[in-house]
Amino acid sequence: MNAIRAELVKLTTTRMWWILPVILLVYVAFTALILAAVFSGVISPDEGAPELSEDALPPIIYSIAHSIGYVFPLLLGTLAVTGEFRHQTLTPTFLATPRRGRVLAAKLVVMAIFGALYGVVALIGAVGPGAAILSIDDGVSGLDDSETWLMFARIVVAMALWAVIGVGLGTLIPNQVAAIVVVLAFTQFVEPILRTVATFIDWAADVGNYLPGAAGDTLAGASIFTALGMASGEGQTLEWWHGGLLLLGYALVTAVVGYLGSWRRDVT
Amino acid sequence: MIEIRGLSKHFGAVEAVSGLTFAVEPGIVTGFLGPNGAGKTTTLRMLLGLVRPSEGTATIGGSNYRDLKNPLATVGTALEAASFHPGRTARNHLAVYAAAAGIPRARVGAVLDQVGLGAYGDRRVGGYSLGMRQRLGLAMALLGDPQVLVLDEPVNGLDPEGIRWIRTFLRELAAEGRTVLVSSHLLSEVQQSVDSLVVISKGRLVYEGGLDGLDTDARVIADSPHRGMLDAALLAAGADIQSSEAGVIISSLTAVEVGAIAHRAGVQLSLLHTQQGGLEKAFLDLVGEGSQP
Repeated sequence: MNAIRAELVKLTTTRMWWILPVILLVYVAFTALILAAVFSGVISPDEGAPELSEDALPPIIYSIAHSIGYVFPLLLGTLAVTGEFRHQTLTPTFLATPRRGRVLAAKLVVMAIFGALYGVVALIGAVGPGAAILSIDDGVSGLDDSETWLMFARIVVAMALWAVIGVGLGTLIPNQVAAIVVVLAFTQFVEPILRTVATFIDWAADVGNYLPGAAGDTLAGASIFTALGMASGEGQTLEWWHGGLLLLGYALVTAVVGYLGSWRRDVT
Repeated sequence: MIEIRGLSKHFGAVEAVSGLTFAVEPGIVTGFLGPNGAGKTTTLRMLLGLVRPSEGTATIGGSNYRDLKNPLATVGTALEAASFHPGRTARNHLAVYAAAAGIPRARVGAVLDQVGLGAYGDRRVGGYSLGMRQRLGLAMALLGDPQVLVLDEPVNGLDPEGIRWIRTFLRELAAEGRTVLVSSHLLSEVQQSVDSLVVISKGRLVYEGGLDGLDTDARVIADSPHRGMLDAALLAAGADIQSSEAGVIISSLTAVEVGAIAHRAGVQLSLLHTQQGGLEKAFLDLVGEGSQP
């Protein structure tokens, strides 16, 4: 379909689409390297690191691809929409494709594809150094376990959904600066704080699981955050597909509300 | 071809366009004139489906823009607000919309050459001058090789050489038999290029027709060594006169008639000539006090 091809050309003719995954790769690889080294005892600066069994370690290290990387597809999707508002390219876009719903649908499709690619990049970043360190001294890398590969698949799906949520968020908050601030503030501060607080309050613990970041972790099936939470006694009550449906729900709600709001508004 | 019927748009309490009705004839260049803030851009954006009318319709060949099968191949548009991603090259900018409209990629190079940007197509648009951006806007309008072109203030911000280029360009488009609707806030910018005019002021139509239909407000100035006798003769002939230092100003008669009256009355004339108000003045009179910038 023409609208999808146009969105592909649009995305690949500025620099953002490859700058983000380069940072993503470096960031995830560095974090995975450090954490793998700390938890597997290759380096142990203190007694402080929690005890984790050797079998539990690979999914925690590999899922760093998602648990710290999900903000990248989220940003990509957000920027793909807010950039159109900021540079007033909605005018030529809607002139070429006056059916605005088609444009939004094409964006969702293309962003899902690129979100999935970001997922692959992030996994390369996490698994490369992670597996190398975990395999030291005949350690368990988990790469011969089909469960690990299923988790990789779920992480790729989660990353695709995050990019789709980004598109919805961009239509909800068309102001680019505001949207970036909201994405960074929510993913880096607000949600981590809420999730931490929720673990201390009985009735809130379940609510915390429904936050988008938590839903993503549930879909991935493992996360450094839930692992540390479980170590402190919090139980994982939701299945991975619950998390997937929750993420999909967030994506659909933001996209529909954004479509009804900013997307159909007059372009002046 | 282009039909605007009872078109209105209000933004909150502000009436930007009210009850506008006019038609743009096919195959000619029509100037769409009005002072800044008269509602030209809002009208064009309603025509192009970017702004939803509060009332009325704006159609192209009988259908709404959003219902056109192949919009870019039907109507080419260059709107005032240049809309580019600064990090994208001109060639890629056009490639995006060529893809969206299913236009062959080869057209991109062709239209860049046509507007004289062929050598600069691979530069990022962020580094373009205003004149180059205007040209890129025109390249976008030509992308689908449409029969109808809607150009919003294409002359704005161009240097004299650019203005000359645009005038030639508009004439070429018209010579190819295309329908062109070009907006401007200055008649002088487009008067050499247009065949017909639509003038609006404060969102309302004030004139629709040819350039020759504009009231150019010609007046005759005459003087005589015996001013009193001239005044008396003109008044006796029923003329509407006004005295000034330069002479007697007669707005109701031609110079020939004034000369004849003076001759019959035996009044010697020291001055007799016709002063043209000019098209621009006629235009400014039309749009009234809305003409302040």
